[in-house]
Amino acid sequence: MNTSSGYFASPSDADTLSRLRHRLELAAEAEGLLDVAYTTVDSPVGTLLLAATPAGLVRVAYDIEGHDSVLDTLAQRLSPRVLRAPRRLDTAARELDEYFAGRRRAFDLPLDLSLSKGFRQLVQRNLPGIGYGQTRTYRQVAELVGNPKAVRAVGTACATNPLPVVVPCHRVLRSDGTIGSYVGGLAAKTTLLNLEATAAEEA
Amino acid sequence: MDMSRKQPFERVVAAHGGTVLRVCRVLLGGHDAEDAWSETFLAALRAYPDLPDDANVEAWLVTIARRKAIDVLRARTRQPVPVEELPEEPSAVGVPGARDIDLWQAVDELPEKQRRAVAYHYVAGLPYAKIAEILGGTADAARRAAADGIKNLRKNYPGATMKGAPS
Repeated sequence: MNTSSGYFASPSDADTLSRLRHRLELAAEAEGLLDVAYTTVDSPVGTLLLAATPAGLVRVAYDIEGHDSVLDTLAQRLSPRVLRAPRRLDTAARELDEYFAGRRRAFDLPLDLSLSKGFRQLVQRNLPGIGYGQTRTYRQVAELVGNPKAVRAVGTACATNPLPVVVPCHRVLRSDGTIGSYVGGLAAKTTLLNLEATAAEEA
Repeated sequence: MDMSRKQPFERVVAAHGGTVLRVCRVLLGGHDAEDAWSETFLAALRAYPDLPDDANVEAWLVTIARRKAIDVLRARTRQPVPVEELPEEPSAVGVPGARDIDLWQAVDELPEKQRRAVAYHYVAGLPYAKIAEILGGTADAARRAAADGIKNLRKNYPGATMKGAPS
C-alpha cells in the first residue's frame, strides 16, 4: 500500500508472531473458543488434513480434495473459529501413523459425524463393521443397512465420507470386483487395500 | 444452519497478525504490545462468528486492538510497576533491531492523535475515511495528523530510511 509500512517492520517480527500465534492457540483451547482444530500429517497416501471439534475427529482430507477449500467448508458448515492447533489431533495422528505402519487394525478415537446426515451417516456409521483386510461390495453394504435397493446411495455415502481411512470406505468395492471410485483417488484406495492385505497376511 | 462466507480464523491471523502487532507497538510503544496482541486476537476469535460477512476485518481488528491497548494502559496506571523499566542501557552495537527500538521511542513520543493516525494509516494501511471513523473528526484532519506525525518522525529520527527506498 505504501513504502512507509517497512519503516515499522522489525527483523524479529516473524519469530514474535509465531510465538504469539502459539499463545493464541493455547488460550483459544483454554477458553473453549477452538471450535475446529486442524493439522496436517504425512502419510504413504500423501499429506492428510486432520480436523477435530471438541466432540472428536470431524474430517480427514486428501491433498487432492484441496486442503484450503476443505477448511473453507469447515468454516462455513461448522464454525469460522478454525485454528491450526496440532495438539488436539495428537492421538489421531499417532493412530494413523500406527495404521500406516501396519501395526493398527482399528481406530480408537471419538468421531464427530456432524458433517453427514441421514442415510449417508447411517452408512458411514456401519463401515467400521467391515474388518481390517476385508472388503464388501456396495450391494452388501446396502443390505447390511437394511436397504438393499440403495446401492447407488451407498456409493454416494462412501464418496462423501468426511473421515476417509478412519471410517474405512476404501473397503467397499464394486460388485464386478473392480475397486470403484475413491475420494482420495484410485491409487490411494489401492495403497490402503494392499497395506491391509499384506499386514493381515503377516499376522 | 448459518451459511457464513467467512474465512477460517487461521487465515485472519496470518493475514493481519503483523499489522495488529505493529499497531499495538505504536499504541503502547513497547513490551505491552504483545499482551495487547494476544488480548486482541482472543477477543476477535470470540466475536468472529457474529462479525458481518462484508465487514472490513482489518479495520475491525484495529478497533479491538485500540480498545485492548487502552485497557493495558489503564491497568498500568492503576498498578504502576516501578521496576518495569530496567535501568541498564544496552549497547546498540551488533544488536539486530536496536535501531527499531529508537524508532519505537520516537513514535511513542508523538502527540496522541499523530501517533494513532500514523499507526492506522502507515502501519495498518487504513484509508483516512476509516481512520476518521475511529479517531473522530474528518478524513482531512486524519490526513493532516498523519502527515504531521511522519514529519515529526523524520525530524526526531533522522537516521531512519524507508525499506525498499534508496538510502
